Amino acid sequence: MITSDEELAQAAASGDAGAFATLLERRYDGIFRLAYRLTGQTHQAEDLTQDICAALPAKIGGYRGQAKFTTWLYRVVVNAAQDMRRRQASHARAAASWGDLEHMRRRDAAEVAESLDWLYQAMNALPEDLRGTLALTLDAELTHAQAADVLGVSEGTVSWRMSEIRKRLRAMKEEELADE
Amino acid sequence: MSDELDDLKTLMQAATPAPNAQRKAEILALAQENFRNVQGSHTAARPTDKRGPLARLTVGVKSMLDALSHRGALTATTAIAAVALVMIIPQARDVAFEPFSRSENETVETQTSAKADSEMSISVLEEPVVEVPMALEDAAAPSPKHAGRLQVQNGPSAVSTLGTLIEPAPIPDQNTESFANADPNALKVTADDPVSTFSIDVDTASYAVIRSSLMRGYLPPKDAVRVEEMVNYFPYSYPVPEGDAPFLPTITVAPTPWNSGTQLVHIGLQGVMPEIQERPPLNLVFLIDTSGSMQNPDKLPLLKQSFRLMLGELRPQDQVSIVTYAGSAGQVLEPTPASDRSTILAALDKLEAGGSTAGQAGLQQAYAVANSMMQEGDVSRVILATDGDFNVGLSDPDALKDYIARQRDTGTYLSVLGFGRGNLDDATMQALAQNGNGQAAYIDTLGEARKVLVDQLTGALFPIADDVKIQVEFNPAQIAEYRLIGYETRALRREDFNNDTVDAGEIGAGHSVTAIYEVTPVGSDAIQNSPLRYTTTTQADGSDEIGFFKLRYKAPGDADSQLIKQPMQSGQGEVTDDIRFSFAIAGFGQLLRDGSYLGDWTYDDAIALANMSKGDDAFGYRAEAVTLMRLAQTLSR
Repeated sequence: MITSDEELAQAAASGDAGAFATLLERRYDGIFRLAYRLTGQTHQAEDLTQDICAALPAKIGGYRGQAKFTTWLYRVVVNAAQDMRRRQASHARAAASWGDLEHMRRRDAAEVAESLDWLYQAMNALPEDLRGTLALTLDAELTHAQAADVLGVSEGTVSWRMSEIRKRLRAMKEEELADE
Repeated sequence: MSDELDDLKTLMQAATPAPNAQRKAEILALAQENFRNVQGSHTAARPTDKRGPLARLTVGVKSMLDALSHRGALTATTAIAAVALVMIIPQARDVAFEPFSRSENETVETQTSAKADSEMSISVLEEPVVEVPMALEDAAAPSPKHAGRLQVQNGPSAVSTLGTLIEPAPIPDQNTESFANADPNALKVTADDPVSTFSIDVDTASYAVIRSSLMRGYLPPKDAVRVEEMVNYFPYSYPVPEGDAPFLPTITVAPTPWNSGTQLVHIGLQGVMPEIQERPPLNLVFLIDTSGSMQNPDKLPLLKQSFRLMLGELRPQDQVSIVTYAGSAGQVLEPTPASDRSTILAALDKLEAGGSTAGQAGLQQAYAVANSMMQEGDVSRVILATDGDFNVGLSDPDALKDYIARQRDTGTYLSVLGFGRGNLDDATMQALAQNGNGQAAYIDTLGEARKVLVDQLTGALFPIADDVKIQVEFNPAQIAEYRLIGYETRALRREDFNNDTVDAGEIGAGHSVTAIYEVTPVGSDAIQNSPLRYTTTTQADGSDEIGFFKLRYKAPGDADSQLIKQPMQSGQGEVTDDIRFSFAIAGFGQLLRDGSYLGDWTYDDAIALANMSKGDDAFGYRAEAVTLMRLAQTLSR
């Protein structure tokens, strides 16, 4: 029988190094995936994952077992991604992540497959809140209710955002078709 | 039919790379290392002879801070690239300030049963880790067509120097500022609504925000313009009170510069300036936002310089303490006599920006420290310095306001100093200062820091009257219409005037406060509302008073208010340069906000009027205002 995330997290919070290692091993890929989808760049996603993992030992004590562990964890990730953006913004480096891909896309237009091209374009066009919501609901790992919990908004807001994403994507597609 | 969203999801899943295995192993090892260290510092933090939850909390944070260098050193041995190490250290500092692990563990481990202890922990813990929706919306990335302006967006804050930046830059089209304001006061018909009630306002933040906008080459957002704060920014020398009264109202009625058919009723309050030598000792708790967004040169570094200036004005018996908040709250300087400059300066210098902001936990701790410093006769004040970025820990702004309002009743005042642009949550700052019986000022240059913290230190820190409310009743037989210029955010209900439990603004030592009404006399051709057919017009009652002025205030600490009243006559008082200058600024503010009542009065007229009435202008504030008018004139073309 697999020990649940929540039990492992509680054990880790009270100082069990083994539980912490197991838990992080189990959730590492999920953290990285979400980090990638929030930032849109592999190296940023890795840096962000490292920041989060390095900070997690101190943070885990704050996990009180009330929320699902992944909800709590993804909230940390979303928060850290936002902090990272803020830091970068205040450094005037302004790496806009998905925004950077816009330039990359232009440069490597010939090499990048058309579908990938569309993905970058679409992500670029979405505002941050929609992008974050999309990143969280992507793997069907989280329900709308859980994603809402992570984002601290109501379930209705998440559903609304998803329909908004659909609407925008459709509008983009139609625009493309009209251009062709 | 294929759904675009499903397409996107599939693509995204395909595009998401697998984690790099080697990097993963390194990061997991690092996390383990940190886990051991954190556990180590837990046990080290526990034995303490300090009493009280707060003391334990601060000791805990301190020992975590001490453990920081140790952890940094260990990190280096994990053979991670130097670049990665740079990434870790600020993050590790965030960890040290993280409240949710620290405070809870302390509570759990020590099993303290004191009620206050558990209450405090709960109030901290009830806060969500992050207020995500606001943050995500705030950080909305520019759309592709704005990609080229991205640099500009970060430009002003990044390159701004202390007061010398006059480089034009386009309006940042993506920022997270929010301003508190309401629609401009409308013209009232005296016969329908003869009574006007408002709370005085000694804030000056709006003027500094406007200056900072204009100096960067764009017109300020209309909502950033609060006319009364612009007028009150300038020192005026209205007649000083005699005897015991803390201040003296002077009323002057003069022709309106922008409308020959109306008059301006100018109400000037001059607060008494007590003997500086006799002022009571001050307890100051600096609550400093050290979140990541504070690291711009016009934020934390300017804040440090500002406080250094202020320190010179304090006296040996004054006490200073510093509490920071970033992710978590921590006391970085225990109450220290102001004479111990080197200790205070060292603590200030050590502050560095990093992490997110937990405003409420910081406030709670700052108030706790202020209460612990309080002695009979002292004046205690929490000075919150922030870029307004309450992005973590504030789930409910109303709860925060209530909290501050409760603390106000314990006698500790709150002042809010805003720093930097781009993030400025002016609305929250205003709300905090108004509820905390304090002032909100915006510090954009070292010169402004000098004005707020040095030249006006006494006024800024020593209240001479609380809950100052003004009520004016106009005589419908003399005045057909009236309009209060500014004070939109300070309006009170008519019945609030006599209700001593309703909070209002405070006046500090030496402060002057100005309020201006534009009134249209009966029979003037400037009347905008034509008489009603079915309502009988008010007959002249023989009185030539245009209205009646009433003011309520409380002596600091008193529960009951005192009343000052006097009638207002047409042509009353003498028009001085001070009054003319305040008219020029009121006109300037309306031009920036909404010039609908100004007719064809322009910036040229404002500049001419201000130049004519500059007076001595010992500090050069008025000359600067003329410069701003010229800038606004150019930019508005």
